[in-house]
Amino acid sequence: MKFTEDHEWLDADGDIVTVGITEYAAKELGDVVFVELPEEGTMVTKGDEIVVIESVKAASDISAPMDGEIVEVNADLPDKPALVNDDPLAAWFFRMRVDDPAVLDDFMDEDAYQAHIA
Amino acid sequence: MTDARATPLAEFHLRHGARMTPFAGWALPLNYPPGVKAEHEHTREAVSLFDVSHMGQVALRPGSGDPADAARALEALVPGDILGLAEGAMRYTQLTTDSGGIIDDLMVTRRDDDLLLVLNAARAAADIAHLQDRLPGDVTIEPLENAALIALQGPQSAEALAPLIHDSHRLSFMQAHRFDWAGDPLWISRSGYTGEDGFEIGLAADIAEELAEAFMEDDRVRPAGLGARDSLRLEAGLCLYGQDIDETTSPVEAALAWSIGRARRPGGARAGGFPGADRILRELADGPARRRVGLRPQGAAPMRAGVMLFETPDAAEPIGRITSGGYGPSVGGPVAMGYVEARAARPGTTVHGELRGRREPVEVVKLPFVPQGYVR
Repeated sequence: MKFTEDHEWLDADGDIVTVGITEYAAKELGDVVFVELPEEGTMVTKGDEIVVIESVKAASDISAPMDGEIVEVNADLPDKPALVNDDPLAAWFFRMRVDDPAVLDDFMDEDAYQAHIA
Repeated sequence: MTDARATPLAEFHLRHGARMTPFAGWALPLNYPPGVKAEHEHTREAVSLFDVSHMGQVALRPGSGDPADAARALEALVPGDILGLAEGAMRYTQLTTDSGGIIDDLMVTRRDDDLLLVLNAARAAADIAHLQDRLPGDVTIEPLENAALIALQGPQSAEALAPLIHDSHRLSFMQAHRFDWAGDPLWISRSGYTGEDGFEIGLAADIAEELAEAFMEDDRVRPAGLGARDSLRLEAGLCLYGQDIDETTSPVEAALAWSIGRARRPGGARAGGFPGADRILRELADGPARRRVGLRPQGAAPMRAGVMLFETPDAAEPIGRITSGGYGPSVGGPVAMGYVEARAARPGTTVHGELRGRREPVEVVKLPFVPQGYVR
């Protein structure tokens, strides 16, 4: 598993990458009450804000970690946004087919991420 | 955060795992480990303890010793009926500007020899300066020093308070009295800002920790932070100064006309005579051009302060703006309030809030969003 500086976790299987937010991010956000997901089939560029996530405290975004295409979204989340707090590592937001899987090497591993949030 | 003042309950917050946040120059708990939503729900079901020691507490002492003299003087600055307060009664009112805006909203209690004012922390300094400028010299303005204020809020607060403070349950809503706790004086009112039954307990800073922990020994009592306080007051339809009311909004526009006593209205015994009375009494008679209303976004997305409201999905000019909004845990969806032009203020009207470039329907509704739990 890899991690972004924006507290996303990335789980890669070939060129398909599943994206969620870390436990640290879920805790910082507080109770998540609203999630809006992108359409499957959307072509995205790294940095595009593609998920809206609102907690009782504030609104924030999840941006595309890499260039590629959204191939699947977690349809459970809009109805049950609290899943994000219950188990952030299980509550994935979307899967994308990335243009260049080699870019994954640029992200932090678990140790680097733990150091990042320490 | 380093510059923020600590309240007398700073150690209490630390011990109970609070996440602290700066607020109006004070370090206050945003939430405790259960989180905003759980704290909100607990307050509606049981009883929560809030540290509200940051609020300004000021005694107005009349030279004569008769609080009626202080009440008469204060009426020159507020539209509320203060002279009509019986001893131990409290009332919500506003300090108004000469143009009819709101300098602050406050609680006024008539005690046996003074008036006690409870002010917003962020406005306390401005309020005190205003009082010093405008009140006659024989009324002494005395900010309470080393004072703490603890709020117990929720339907079980009377049961939680009674074992420690006998007879406290005899207070009815908006009444206050002096009590004793192990020889120390407490000033307790049946009041609060959550829409629930509850009490606010004023006491000396040096016994605040001890009393707070004594409350915590009751399993029904849990601490709650500013996050829950905000969502609770929003569902209760109560204004937050600086968001929902300020020096540009009048009490009538803010739907606070209920707090303008009959004695202060045209035909009343002490009609007018407060700053901005021209505008405020005119708006009472003719209706204001805009009005604060409850708003229920029809989608699932919360709409927060700053969202602009439009009459139609493609209108060019807005007819209003959200001033407070978020997720209402007890409502189970987004709730908001804000100002709309008078023609759109009737409950049942649909307006459109612009969120992330899209216009979504929002229904104008009556406030509050949840039934009041006050014990009268």
